[in-house]
Amino acid sequence: MSVEPDVPFALLNADGSCEPEHRELIDDADVVRVLETLWLNRVMDQRLLTLQRQGRLGFYMTSTGEEATTIGAAFCLRDDDPIFLTYRELGSLLWRGIPLEMLLNQLIGNGQDITKGRQMPIHFCFREWGVPSISSPVGTQLPHATGFGYAARLRGSGQVALAFLGEGTASQGDFHTALNFAGVFRTPSIFVIRNNGYAISTPESLQTAAESLAVRGRGYGIPGIRIDGNDFLAVINAIGQAVARARAGEGPTLIEALTYRIGAHSTADDPSAYRSADEPERWRALDPLERLTTHARWRGLWSAEDEQACKARCESRIVELVASCEAWPPPPLETMFQDVTRDPSLQLRRQHERYLEYLRSRRGETHEVP
Amino acid sequence: MSESQTMNMIGALNQALDLYMERETHAVILGEDVGNFGGVFRVTAGLQEKYGVERVMDTPLSEAGIAGMAIGMALGGLEPIAEIQFADFIFPAVDQIVNELAKYRYRSGGQYAPKVVIRAPYGGGIRGGHYHSQSPEVYFAHTPGLRVVFPSNPYMAKGLLLAALECADPVVFFEPKRIYRASRGDVPLEYYTVPLDRAWIVRPGSDATLVAWGSMVPMCLEAAALAEGEGYDVEVIDLASLAPYDAVALERSVSRTGRMLVVHEAPLTCGFGAELAASVQEAVFTKLEAPVRRLGGFDTPFPYTLEHHYMPTADRILFELRELIEY
Repeated sequence: MSVEPDVPFALLNADGSCEPEHRELIDDADVVRVLETLWLNRVMDQRLLTLQRQGRLGFYMTSTGEEATTIGAAFCLRDDDPIFLTYRELGSLLWRGIPLEMLLNQLIGNGQDITKGRQMPIHFCFREWGVPSISSPVGTQLPHATGFGYAARLRGSGQVALAFLGEGTASQGDFHTALNFAGVFRTPSIFVIRNNGYAISTPESLQTAAESLAVRGRGYGIPGIRIDGNDFLAVINAIGQAVARARAGEGPTLIEALTYRIGAHSTADDPSAYRSADEPERWRALDPLERLTTHARWRGLWSAEDEQACKARCESRIVELVASCEAWPPPPLETMFQDVTRDPSLQLRRQHERYLEYLRSRRGETHEVP
Repeated sequence: MSESQTMNMIGALNQALDLYMERETHAVILGEDVGNFGGVFRVTAGLQEKYGVERVMDTPLSEAGIAGMAIGMALGGLEPIAEIQFADFIFPAVDQIVNELAKYRYRSGGQYAPKVVIRAPYGGGIRGGHYHSQSPEVYFAHTPGLRVVFPSNPYMAKGLLLAALECADPVVFFEPKRIYRASRGDVPLEYYTVPLDRAWIVRPGSDATLVAWGSMVPMCLEAAALAEGEGYDVEVIDLASLAPYDAVALERSVSRTGRMLVVHEAPLTCGFGAELAASVQEAVFTKLEAPVRRLGGFDTPFPYTLEHHYMPTADRILFELRELIEY
């Protein structure tokens, strides 16, 4: 399957074993850390989905089933390498060690949210952790990864920029321009396609007539690699090699990670309208959590008790944090008028003042200001 | 007394870029044909030779790619200066400019503020037809987070461009290509800036206020000179910055003259004149002696053969001024 014959598609055998040299890709302690992160990701998905259904969260998007790719990418990077995300890479954020309350404050949109409650849930931004702002129009982040890579090289920072996208986004013009520019300028940029089978309801077969998305790399003069995105070792092997190449000045890489979106596109979506119920069940057999767990046990790690304890820790931590984060009030009104430009324009100042006059005029009335 | 030299707008813009590139080693110029060739209008001539191919880059032919890459460069700590070869070609880059660049500071809660200047030659009068003549300023002036700036002569071009390059906000800098060479004037050779937030009275007067930007400023000055021959004393204001615009300067001027005419090349309906007319009448309604007037391009695509009928001329401005003053 692989376009580059020297990068294997998968490394994990069904019984959890692997070749001795591939065992060296990650040490035992990190295998456990990855499993803990994976469980945290999954517990958050379940809990937050429930919260959304209870009307306590405006919106949510799960990443269940795709965590090997999202955690694996962050695992391969340096802490100061930027990751340009879409909206289904919670695992990357968790691996970076962003405090959970900061994630929850954004999801809830309270006054403690570092982005001041300005975007829908999941549209994170954490500069201190190398996470630029996520936007909803898909693909716009890709040329940013090209430009950031160019800047890193020119400034000699040694950073590598990694960007995620879904297979649907590979149809966008920004995908083409990002890879074309990255190829021409040989920027230290890595583009990771999470090919999870669906763009909302549209199957991959309607995004491209080509045999794969990885083959497109050839059209831009850059390596294109297809891997099993649910095989954690295959992910860190391929992305790790791409990072090393980028760091050494050998240019960008396109990686297509085959995975599956176990859940709905978002809380506003109902997949039963476009795919059979047994399709996600078939993919559960290839679940990255199951496969890494089997691998860990092959290494003699991660007993059933470890797993239960980890799950329980994640559950209680999330429940506790949700309760404390929900207690914060929303952002103060004046934040709506800030950060448009460095200083507010005369026009905006006048609009703000007029709105305050309106609010003052309602003071003392019994009904709430709409 | 600083030394100055007579030059055209291209020379002034080139000087501004040169001075800024020399001062800020993180500044990078990118665009189509801007490097080796020095730009189709020669604004970046000689800069690649001086600053190298890594800082003065010829890009693949993609406006969306230029804008998107520039944003990434800014996030990575550079100060990109992007050229869109003609403002008419900016539309593929609009998603990047409007949805990304303009909103980045806001949506990141102020964590990131990509500093990008996008230069784009705009406007008609060069026999360029639909696609080398448009004035797309309102699309950007209508987008919170962007600054929109227009120089009207060589002095303003150099000072405003240096101010735009220093500015912490993203700037779309529209250059009036029709007067790139025709407009000449004394320009100090040293580094100087012209403040971005204000309008300039370029000719004081008492009977009416003429408001314009870019290439329509010299046209309005010509019209004001013609009006003087008919006994009218017309004030001309160079708005220079559309986003934000100096509403106070307009309100003060109109409070004195009681009359205002806005002139622009872009189609009249929803043109920036509509915004100025609405805000000025709201602020100084009781000082007005006549309804605020607008003169713009027609609500047609920009024509080729008949462009001299499409664009406001000094004579047409005078025609509107007479009615405005005699109202």
